[in-house]
This record gives sequence, C-alpha cells and structure tokens, in this order.
Amino acid sequence: MTSFYGLGALKGLIVTLRYLFRKPFTVEYPDEKLVPNPRFRGNSFVWYEDRCTGNGACAKACPLGIIRIVTHPTSRPDIGNLYAIDRFDIDTGRCMFCALCIEACPYDAVFMGNDFERATKTRDGLVIHKEDLVTGAKLPTQQFRPQLEAMEYKGEEELDQHEAGRWSL
Amino acid sequence: MPLNTEPILLNLGPHHPSTHGVFRLRLIMDGEIIEDAEPVMGYMHRGSEKLAEERTYTQIITLTDRLDWLSGMSNNLAYVRTVEKLSDVEVPERAQYIRVISVELMRIASHCMALGFLINDLGAFATPLMYMFREREKILDLLEMLCGARITFSYMRIGGISHDLPEEFLPALRDFVDQMPKHIDEYDELLTKNEIIQTRAKGQGLLSAQNAVDFGVTGPNLRASGVKWDLRKSDPYEVYDRFEFDIPVGDHGDNYDRYWVRLQEMRESLKIISQAMEQIPGGLTRANVPFFVHPPAGEAYSHIEAPKGHLGFYIVSDGTISPWRCKIRSPSFINLGALASMIIGSKLADVVVTFGSLDTILGEVDR
Ligand code: SF4
Repeated sequence: MTSFYGLGALKGLIVTLRYLFRKPFTVEYPDEKLVPNPRFRGNSFVWYEDRCTGNGACAKACPLGIIRIVTHPTSRPDIGNLYAIDRFDIDTGRCMFCALCIEACPYDAVFMGNDFERATKTRDGLVIHKEDLVTGAKLPTQQFRPQLEAMEYKGEEELDQHEAGRWSL
Repeated sequence: MPLNTEPILLNLGPHHPSTHGVFRLRLIMDGEIIEDAEPVMGYMHRGSEKLAEERTYTQIITLTDRLDWLSGMSNNLAYVRTVEKLSDVEVPERAQYIRVISVELMRIASHCMALGFLINDLGAFATPLMYMFREREKILDLLEMLCGARITFSYMRIGGISHDLPEEFLPALRDFVDQMPKHIDEYDELLTKNEIIQTRAKGQGLLSAQNAVDFGVTGPNLRASGVKWDLRKSDPYEVYDRFEFDIPVGDHGDNYDRYWVRLQEMRESLKIISQAMEQIPGGLTRANVPFFVHPPAGEAYSHIEAPKGHLGFYIVSDGTISPWRCKIRSPSFINLGALASMIIGSKLADVVVTFGSLDTILGEVDR
C-alpha cells in the first residue's frame, strides 16, 4: 500500500489523461474503412465458371455441406470440361468462411472474396447462386492461392480466369 | 422482538454481463453472505464432441475454433497435435516455430481480455478494457495476416500450418513486440497500484495450493495459488524447450494474484516470441499429409498449455476418415469446479469478481 491512500488511483488517472491528447486508435467506420489483409477471408466467393469442372471437391471438403452443385454431361472441347454446371449455390447464411473449400479445389476455380458488407433482409438473400457468382466482382483474395501472392495481387483490380489460376486455360 | 430470517435462493445469471456466454449460479444467501453455491451449466451446449464424430479430421479443426473463442489458435494446436500423435506425423521445424509464435500471440490476446473484463467487473468501467482491446486488435491484425480470419482461425493443419508467413509479417511482429512492453507497463501503472483494486481483490476468492491441485485447476489459476506447473516447461511440446522464460507464480491464490500472474505471463510470452523470431529456420511448413487423413485404429491423448490451462484432446480412431470418439478436456470446465469453494462465505459483490478472475469461457465449458 502507498503511504497516501489514493495515490495509486491518481497515477492511473494521469495515464488516462495522457490519452486525451493522443490521436484515437479507432476509425469512423462507414466513412473510413480499414483495408483487409490480402489473405482476408471475406463473406463472399469468387468463382470462374470455365475453370470449374464440377467435380465437387469443394462440396466434399465443406464441414457443413452447404455447397450445392448440379451438373449434366456435356462436351466443352474448347476447355476440356466434361460437365456443365447447372447450379452452384453457396448458402453463406450457414457458412463459417473457413476456406476449406478453397483449399480443396484442384483447378483454382473458387476463391474467397474480400467483401464483408453483405447484410440482407432475408435469409434467402444470403444464398449465393450461380448467377450471382458469374456476374459478381472478380476480386479474389490470396487465401490458399500462392500464385496471387507471387503476383503481389492485393485485390485492387478484377482478375479474369486466365490470370487467377495457376495455369491459364 | 426477534426477526424471523431465513436464507434465500438467488439466481445469478443465466444472463449476466460478467460471463462470456450463458452461465447460472444458484446461490443460497444469508443476507449479503453466500452460504452455498452451485454452478449450473449447459446453456451453451453445442455438441462439439458429437459433431466431431461425423466430420473428417481436417474438418474438425473448424469446430475447435469455437471452443474457447478468445484463443482459437491454442485449440487448433491441441487438436492437431493429438491427430499427429495418433498418425505419427513429423511436423517441419519452421511450422513448429510459427505455431509457437501464433499460440503465444493468442495467449497475450486472451490474457488481455481476461484482465480487461476482470477490471471491468471490479468497477473500472470500460477504460482499461478498451486499452486492452486495442492491443488485442493489433494481435488479431497480425493473425489475420497469417490466415485471413480474426476469431475463427482454422490455421493449423495436421502436419503443419495452412500458410507460410507472408513477407510483411515478421517486421510487423517485430514492431508489436517492441511496443507491447510499453503498453503492459501502462496497465501496470493504471491498475496494479490502484487502491480500489487492491482492497477489492486482495484476500478475496482464496484458493489454496492444495485445493487447487485437488480440484484439478490448471493454468494461471493454479500458478496464482503458488504451484509452479506449466506444461511448456514440465512437458515441453513443439519447440518450447529451446526458449528461456520464467513461470510467474503468486503466493496467496487470491483474485489479485490471478490478475498479477496473467499480467506477468504476457511479458513472458513476449520473451518467447522474440526468441522464436530470431531462431526461426527456413524450409517447409507442412508435412506431406493428405486432405482426408486416415490415422490407424487406436487412441491418443495430448495436451497443451492453453491460455486458460491444460487443454487436452482424447481421440479414438477406428481407421476411417472420422474419429470414433473425440473427448475434449477443457480447462475452463474443470477450473469452474473450484468456484463454489472459493465464494462460500464471501459477499455477493465479490462473487462476480472471483468468477471473472477464473477467466472462464462458457463456450469451452459446455462444448
Ligand atoms: S468456407 Fe468453409 S463453411 Fe463456407 S462453403 Fe467453404 S468449406 Fe463450407
């Protein structure tokens, strides 16, 4: 104990007083946004239809089983795909963004996206359908994609299917 | 005229601001004094052990993030170490160093939260908590650099880690390790000598060394009672035997000692991190292990020193791609067993402080 009761508390108050004159650590969120790290696992996915063979590796790897893929046999001799994708739905309402599906994909067809502002009014709105994936912004992150790390791609501009994969089609 | 008095039953919780999760304490009160106490848990049961039985070994890593949500990395490590033991996987040295760095960062973040909420319960509303949140934020930024997530990391893999360090990580970590001691000094200045904290925390919630051992209490709570027992020293795993660090121990086992031990442990973790940064070798970060792991039939138990205490996993494999049984020995659950003996005889206002000083995370208690 200090000789004068309250001295310790006073010393503490001096610490807090110092903070009055410092720049705040926080940022005003909607006006000012922090940039996520390049490996960030956001709430969205980037998918390249032409890279996807419909083999379902991602659906098997998912701990929750929330990726639904429906295919039918076809021949796409131009890119060598034997199956055409009818549906590719990811129910992000249940997704925990663990990126195991990204790790499992052998053809670099699916990537994590870096969008994190995906609030919707309904649960159905959280399901990403194939159409949304086809038209969505192609801003993949470096999660499990060393080639993007080697390119030093930081998510500034959209990548097409030839640039994003480990080999171009 | 004599007053007719009788003990009353008081429910503390299930919703109470000082709990991380949902926890109920049935108290028999004689006025302000606790006569009897019974912890009631299970409100947050999510069935992690059962869920593990129908997932592959790699998928279970995502479940372990959610046990103690303030230290996902440690949970990852305890689990993958058990599977590695079961299937005899050799982990590359670089991966072991990165694991140690991330687990020690996690320990600092977890202790920041433990202390912040303890001080919050003591009445220093939000100011110290916000300071500690700021440091935790920096740690989460570092971990986000590694694996892309901030709470549910899923960073460890069986046989290593999922990503190697990015280029900018080590300089950023160096910055953090240089700055953090200043912040810990600041907490010291702000809190340790504060008379209000001393009068309220000293001598409260006593847990004797004998009691602590009998109840199976582990982690900082055990060390605050004066028992020098830390798995990082007494049963070194990963590369902990290559670092020099001390184990802080308290003398009385009161709330103040539990606070003090955690504050000192943050400094020791920083020592480990800076040594690991200097020693870290190059090379691979992941052993050659398939995505669907098939450990041979058998059983294994392995434990680590998580921020809250010994975290152990016991896995029985039947040779398929998912375990037959996965039992989690969670430190918070076992530490909570000692709570009743610590609060009987004290005042109601001190119960919240004692509970806070145990640093219980209910996600880990109910699993
Ligand atoms: S991120 Fe994880 S939970 Fe989400 S779809 Fe992929 S594997 Fe499933």
